[in-house]
Amino acid sequence: MTIEPAAEVLILEAAEPAERRVGLRGEGAILGTVSVAGFLLLWQTSVAMGWIAPLFVSSPARILVTGFGMFRDGSIYPDLAVSGEEFILGFGLAALAGIPLGILMGWYYRLNAVLDPFVNALYATPRIALMPLIIIWFGVDLSAKIAIIFLSSVFPVLVSTMTGVRTIDRDFIRVARSFGATDRQLFRTVALPSSVPNLLTGLRLGLGHALIGIVVGEMYGASAGIGFMMQTAGATFQTDKVMVGIALIAAAGMAMTRLLKALEKRFDAWRPDHHL
Amino acid sequence: MTEDVNQRNREKLRARGVRLDYWNERTRRRLEILAGIDLTVREGELVAIVGPSGCGKSTFLAAVDGLVKPNAGAIEVDGNPVIAPGHDRAMVFQQDCLFPWRTVLRNVSYGLELRGELSRHEIRKRAESLIELVGLTGFADSYPHELSGGMRQRVNIARALAPHPELLLLDEPFASLDAQTRDFMQLELLKILARTGTTALFVTHQIDEAVFLANRVAVFSARPARIKQIVEVDLPPQRSLEMKLWPRFRELQDEIWRSIYQETIHLTAAE
Repeated sequence: MTIEPAAEVLILEAAEPAERRVGLRGEGAILGTVSVAGFLLLWQTSVAMGWIAPLFVSSPARILVTGFGMFRDGSIYPDLAVSGEEFILGFGLAALAGIPLGILMGWYYRLNAVLDPFVNALYATPRIALMPLIIIWFGVDLSAKIAIIFLSSVFPVLVSTMTGVRTIDRDFIRVARSFGATDRQLFRTVALPSSVPNLLTGLRLGLGHALIGIVVGEMYGASAGIGFMMQTAGATFQTDKVMVGIALIAAAGMAMTRLLKALEKRFDAWRPDHHL
Repeated sequence: MTEDVNQRNREKLRARGVRLDYWNERTRRRLEILAGIDLTVREGELVAIVGPSGCGKSTFLAAVDGLVKPNAGAIEVDGNPVIAPGHDRAMVFQQDCLFPWRTVLRNVSYGLELRGELSRHEIRKRAESLIELVGLTGFADSYPHELSGGMRQRVNIARALAPHPELLLLDEPFASLDAQTRDFMQLELLKILARTGTTALFVTHQIDEAVFLANRVAVFSARPARIKQIVEVDLPPQRSLEMKLWPRFRELQDEIWRSIYQETIHLTAAE
């Protein structure tokens, strides 16, 4: 039953390749659901049939049961709270610093020339490489985690925002100048609003890096948090718990990415290359 | 000095010997764009500028707007020398360049907001009356991407007119519209200009557009541009679309076409 629409799509595609992107309504969602459901089914079956040991791969049912159990007995909440706090502070600070600095670097040529080498070097360095340093500076408590999450996510936000300010449509600048805009007015009425789409893209990219930061940070000497929970569960071969951690992080990442993507879509008409 | 027929009309724009060079960094050569433009536009008049592609028509317009600085010569609007963009002039650009993050109302308000002389309420009222003038009542809260090309150009015109400029500069504003919409917009523009009493300088590629809209058509020579010829359009001031079929309309069109064509030949011969 669920396969039928997919088959129709294939025929449609074969007949009119030019209109492939139109397809059937909700085609993508259907295909996605089918593939995920199929994967979960295969996973569950191969464990149930004894093809693969659950110690290696757990199973969807076991993950669900373990996950619900952890929520019911409340053992997960302290970890969630710790990771959540780290994330909010780390990513929040990254946005708070990255956005204004990105705007300023995009606007002031000289500031950009001064800071660009550092930004580039740090952006290119895998942030995990900084972990030993961060531990030396901050120890192993909350501030170390905030620092690594901040460093992980600040650069995508900064660089993307800066690009947004720097690539303002020259036509908009001409219009503003023609109306007698001063530099400050140009900044406020053109540079700021037209960098919003890039800013959102930066936040979305930064978000992914922030989640990596959580896990990495908590793997180096932590006493709580989702990453720590996974680390200890992994060390004691509790594959189910590890999987619960992965699922939680994946879900959080997907939910927030979705939200930001929806926001980006809302502002898509603002993009410079989109207004014609 | 030539004696003008409409002597009673004041001079709105007076350009004398406007020269403009531009240094091309890549070819490391000085490129002469305007080789001394003399042009007078009287109050209430619409003067169209036509000429071979790339001859510097738009550059001249930008110079009148104050966006680029001529190397020599003088441009005066109402006797005041042009040194920078000012509220006595407004430009309608070819690409409508409406700010996509602003609604129609806030796009039209833009120039007034920058000026900061009027209260929020007064700005809103004036913007609304302009939106009505260009026939977009009911679209004040729409965003530009929700409008058609013709509607966007109306907003563009309304935005330029909002600060009540003395001189409206139009840089091929209808070039990207389809033929029917363009015809319609030409009529609309004439109505709007008549109602607001705005003087206009209109750059276009379309000879029929120039003849239809203008009181006089200035033909620019190939680059470096001079004014090659000024054609008085002796059609009745109240223009209608049928006039495009009149023999006289054709004659004027042919005259201008020939004039530009000679320039294009010079241009190709020179290269």
